[in-house]
Amino acid sequence: MRYSGFKVIKEALTGHKGWTPAWRDPEPQSAYDIVIIGGGGHGLATAYYLAKKYGEKKIAVLEKGWIGGGNVGRNTTIIRSNYLLDGNEPFYEMSLKLWEGLEQDFNYNAMISQRGILNLIHSDAQRDAFTRRGNAMILNGADAVMLSTEQIKAEYPFLNVNNARFPIKGGLAQRRGGTVRHDAVAWGYARGADSRGVDIIQNCEVTGFRIEHGVCVGVETSRGFIGAKKVGAAVAGSSGRLMAKAGMRLPIESHVLQAFVSEGLKPLLPGVITFGAGHFYCSQSDKGGLVFGGDIDGYNSYAQRGNLPVVEDVCEGGMAILPAIGRARLLRMWGGIMDMSMDGSPIIDQTHIGGLYFNGGWCYGGFKATPASGLCFAHLLATDTPHQVATAYRFDRFQRGYMIDEKGMGAQPNLH
Amino acid sequence: MIINHPLLGPRDAQEFTYLGDASLIDRPDWQADDAAEQFYNYQYLRNNPAGEHRELWFHEGGDRSWLVVTRNTVTHEISNVELARDVARMQGRSK
Repeated sequence: MRYSGFKVIKEALTGHKGWTPAWRDPEPQSAYDIVIIGGGGHGLATAYYLAKKYGEKKIAVLEKGWIGGGNVGRNTTIIRSNYLLDGNEPFYEMSLKLWEGLEQDFNYNAMISQRGILNLIHSDAQRDAFTRRGNAMILNGADAVMLSTEQIKAEYPFLNVNNARFPIKGGLAQRRGGTVRHDAVAWGYARGADSRGVDIIQNCEVTGFRIEHGVCVGVETSRGFIGAKKVGAAVAGSSGRLMAKAGMRLPIESHVLQAFVSEGLKPLLPGVITFGAGHFYCSQSDKGGLVFGGDIDGYNSYAQRGNLPVVEDVCEGGMAILPAIGRARLLRMWGGIMDMSMDGSPIIDQTHIGGLYFNGGWCYGGFKATPASGLCFAHLLATDTPHQVATAYRFDRFQRGYMIDEKGMGAQPNLH
Repeated sequence: MIINHPLLGPRDAQEFTYLGDASLIDRPDWQADDAAEQFYNYQYLRNNPAGEHRELWFHEGGDRSWLVVTRNTVTHEISNVELARDVARMQGRSK
């Protein structure tokens, strides 16, 4: 069924009797050509592009809980492509371009809103660094514009530009950045994949890999063995746990990142803003809640909840630039588990085990990457060669010395 | 989280900074034939368990000692705290 304005009107007039489930609930078959582990944004996008762009048949997505119940349902919904390094910027810019056409492509309203993102500048050195970043973005076909304090005052009159310690000296804006209804991304990809024959199998936990003579021939699951010619893992957050079942140690630690939503407020924030002197970012959802977050807690965790020191730190960051936030009450806060890689950049690559492919290490930037991650992982699974914008995301880059370290922190995952 | 410091008693985790897996104590021999491979494993690869995890914390806002904390990464429960110095000596290191 194709969704359209006409269809909505027709259903409204006929008692909404014509709507059908957006995807099936199939029983797992005994074998598939390609099995994707993880029914989150990246896994579902991978299945969608495998079916749509690469013409693959017999694909399954295995999800241990319900689809979209992991990090695609737990993030702060921001999309942007304001990266500096060559290994990253073309990839994220392709992702942003895919976001721009996504709703038409998969015929689903993901509420993509290009309301812009603004990175605030608080010192001369930071202005130099952000000017360089803006130039790198423009060189890679993205958009970037430097704003003066006066321009920022006009757009965001409530910001504290005269903070004694961190005065706002300007900003780097990407007008094409914005926010997306995150759950709808998972649902849209699921529906698009399902309608092209992909089996989305929920409540099906992968408990092990069947590896024969160095080749992965399928997965053991809570619903029995499922054979596969190729297996792709897309379970960022739990990558360490899953790949240990294949005997792999990864250049990844799992950490908890907290996020927060205030009570619903009248329209205040037109776009996404980020604090440059601490780690704080904020946008306003369409329901009116201020959605904000900051640093990871900084210790290994699979707990999906954090501790109070980081709550305090995030709120201090908020108060420094946006004092009005102190009057808003917090409605919800939660934690998600991040694959923190050793250089802060992801991995989309084959493993040393035949037929086993890996997508993970997204740190806390995986949501914006969803379309490109899915497309590049699908490309890798279908052709056994990396997509041209993902050639840097290899497992062996740490061994070869080709890190993609945007923050220059070295092999210290809790600092990225 | 409260870390029960072996010398100072219970202290708020906020006084500490976190380094990572306690295997970082076991720096490989740089003169070994396969030193490059060993250092790659040491520096970049992690067990990253869901469950009990031995990890290094530095008491930066306190007595500046390094601790080996055994903590459950699923519940955040801390079951054991040792001085990293003692752990290293037990493993045959001079300091």
